Amino acid sequence: MSVTTDWQKSAYISSQAADARVNVELETEGMTLNIGPQHPATHGTLRIVVRLDGEQVVWADPVPGYMHRGHEKLCEVRKYPQVNTLVNRIDWLGSFANEVPFILAAEQLMGIEAPPRAQYIRTIFFEMSRIANIALFLGDMGVQLGAITPVFYAFRDREHVLNLIESATGGRFHPNYDRVGGLKEDLPKGWIDEAKDVMNRVRRFCDELEQLLVGNEIFQKRTRGIGVITPAVALDYGLSGANLRASGVDWDLRRDSESPLAWKHADWKVWTHPDGDSFARYWVRLQETREAAIIIDQLLDSLPAGPIMAKVPVKIKVPEGEAYVETENPLGAMGFYLVSKGDLSPFRVKIRTPSFNNISICPWLLKGVFVPDIITILASLYFILGDIDR
Amino acid sequence: MLAVDFTTYGWVTALKVGVVLGVIPIGSLIFVYVFLFKMMSHMQSRLGPMEAGPHGMLQPVVEAIKFLQKEDIFPARADRLVFGLAPFVVIVSTFLLYLVIPAGPSLIVEDLDTGIFFALAVSSLSVIGVLMAGWASANKFALIGGLRAAGQLIAYELPLILAVIGVVIQAGSLSLQDIVYAQAGGEIFGFGAIGNPFVLTQIVGFVIFLMAAQAELAQTPFDMPVAESELVAGYMTEYSGFRFLFFFIGEFGTAFAFAGIAATLFLGGWYVPGIEGGLADVVGPLALGGKVMFIGFLIFWIRFTYPRFREDQLQRIAWKVLIPISLLNIVVTGVLKVVF
Repeated sequence: MSVTTDWQKSAYISSQAADARVNVELETEGMTLNIGPQHPATHGTLRIVVRLDGEQVVWADPVPGYMHRGHEKLCEVRKYPQVNTLVNRIDWLGSFANEVPFILAAEQLMGIEAPPRAQYIRTIFFEMSRIANIALFLGDMGVQLGAITPVFYAFRDREHVLNLIESATGGRFHPNYDRVGGLKEDLPKGWIDEAKDVMNRVRRFCDELEQLLVGNEIFQKRTRGIGVITPAVALDYGLSGANLRASGVDWDLRRDSESPLAWKHADWKVWTHPDGDSFARYWVRLQETREAAIIIDQLLDSLPAGPIMAKVPVKIKVPEGEAYVETENPLGAMGFYLVSKGDLSPFRVKIRTPSFNNISICPWLLKGVFVPDIITILASLYFILGDIDR
Repeated sequence: MLAVDFTTYGWVTALKVGVVLGVIPIGSLIFVYVFLFKMMSHMQSRLGPMEAGPHGMLQPVVEAIKFLQKEDIFPARADRLVFGLAPFVVIVSTFLLYLVIPAGPSLIVEDLDTGIFFALAVSSLSVIGVLMAGWASANKFALIGGLRAAGQLIAYELPLILAVIGVVIQAGSLSLQDIVYAQAGGEIFGFGAIGNPFVLTQIVGFVIFLMAAQAELAQTPFDMPVAESELVAGYMTEYSGFRFLFFFIGEFGTAFAFAGIAATLFLGGWYVPGIEGGLADVVGPLALGGKVMFIGFLIFWIRFTYPRFREDQLQRIAWKVLIPISLLNIVVTGVLKVVF
């Protein structure tokens, strides 16, 4: 007589089948997590698909494009002054810095140069947009790591910089202040003294953050050794800006390129950090904010008198030719490749934005890290969505 | 006869239930207003809510009403029963915590002989609710959050209990009421005017208790389960309406209760020197309230200042730092207890 009955056999088989089903359903070998497009850490609509094993990343893939606005194509159907308004919207936190490379490219083709006073004021606003942009990063990094207070200090002190920009240009976020051949208008009365006060404030803000975050043991534990980029890899992926300098590559277009802007008249320093980790990126940006305040202070002191506009025709027609101008924007090297056929609007504009290159390192960088470190690394790479997708 | 005997079992029970049901929402509303709305705002150089009531005092009530009006959403793939029950499990654990905290000589819902043991035991019940929420939401962020919460609460339960053992050894009792009396009757080298709050002798235990409570409550720097920059809102991601409100009240109500337990264990509880008998029942709750607010201030001060740890760093702190130190604390306390 058999020990096992048919009923027991079928029960055994069905229990085995149920186990197999559970194993398939639980998908124990990994899980795909969609970070974004709607996610608090991506401050915009960046989507990152990560494959997880437990909390460890197996592979990661950034999917940009949710915010593509077709800037390059739009530039072809706008006149030159209109393009200026358009490119303001690329990196929206440091808008003025976007205008400069485009205007410089147009000026280069037309063979005109803005007067020295205009170049000085351009540089001052360029550095102000750097402060306005990076101050937010300095606070936001805290939020990404769970410290909610620093970002409010960042917003508070950034507000004063924005007020300065507004009082001179009329626009807080999108100044649209640069013109081919000069500037829209001169600085208002009393602006220089006010600007100096604000620069002191910015330096105090940097000190405050140094005490609140940089010296914090938890902050260091979360950022040191996380997302290390070696100099060679950084160069291979075309990183630029603070991300590159944090890897120890001493390269800054403000110093290393022949720019008509006034950086060469100020005495300042390019900061680098040998580590290449998230902490280094934060630290370099913090020093850069200070350095920007120093540059502005010096340029305000030595601001030359004179006109702010060169002689330009009323209708701006750029002669036929090609020009590529790159500047060291808050996020990194931003370049405009301008092709003109002698019309009122450009024939073709190619925009090289720093954030796009900076996030292209993600698949390499995010491999093997933990989920919380994804956020640390993304925050420390610092991208603006408009700058990625444009 | 119209006279009602309020000392009968039924009336006393009804009164106690009313007190517990009232204290939790009021306690969490006070914490939300004082700390989350006002203290945080002022620390961050802003004003916070100012419109509803004087200095925005009615804002928490407004928020509660807002949550009640919202739609009670169930995700399509959620396990409806478990998803619906999870907030109740969490809030029941909060309710049970209040049963054993004394606010005066006779102001205690149930003076259990194993009071502190009971409190720490029921506080762990919320893990089940959190896990249920994380699992039933059918959301990956919620699942990761729920599992993180479970791992964290289990890790920090141990230092929490071990930190309390020093107090229990010194007081010689598990009952919270007896611990208050032990502190009231204690002497500091023969000086007994203010009793002997155990924070003086158990300062190590006090610090460990606060750290572990911070982790129990999932407050920064231990807020990985709800890390909003990583996991959106962790296990609460899919909740809305009154179920979210329950989680919220549970969080702040538990913070209130833990502050009360810490005040009772380490700061002398309701006891005010020189006040005895019936008067202590009036002054006691006020004294306890003041101490609760002080502990709450510490908890939220840390919360608004620090960044959060990573999950593995958090586990390392619990197992490699807090537990050995609290074990050492127990040994030292035991030796000194025998010596003195």
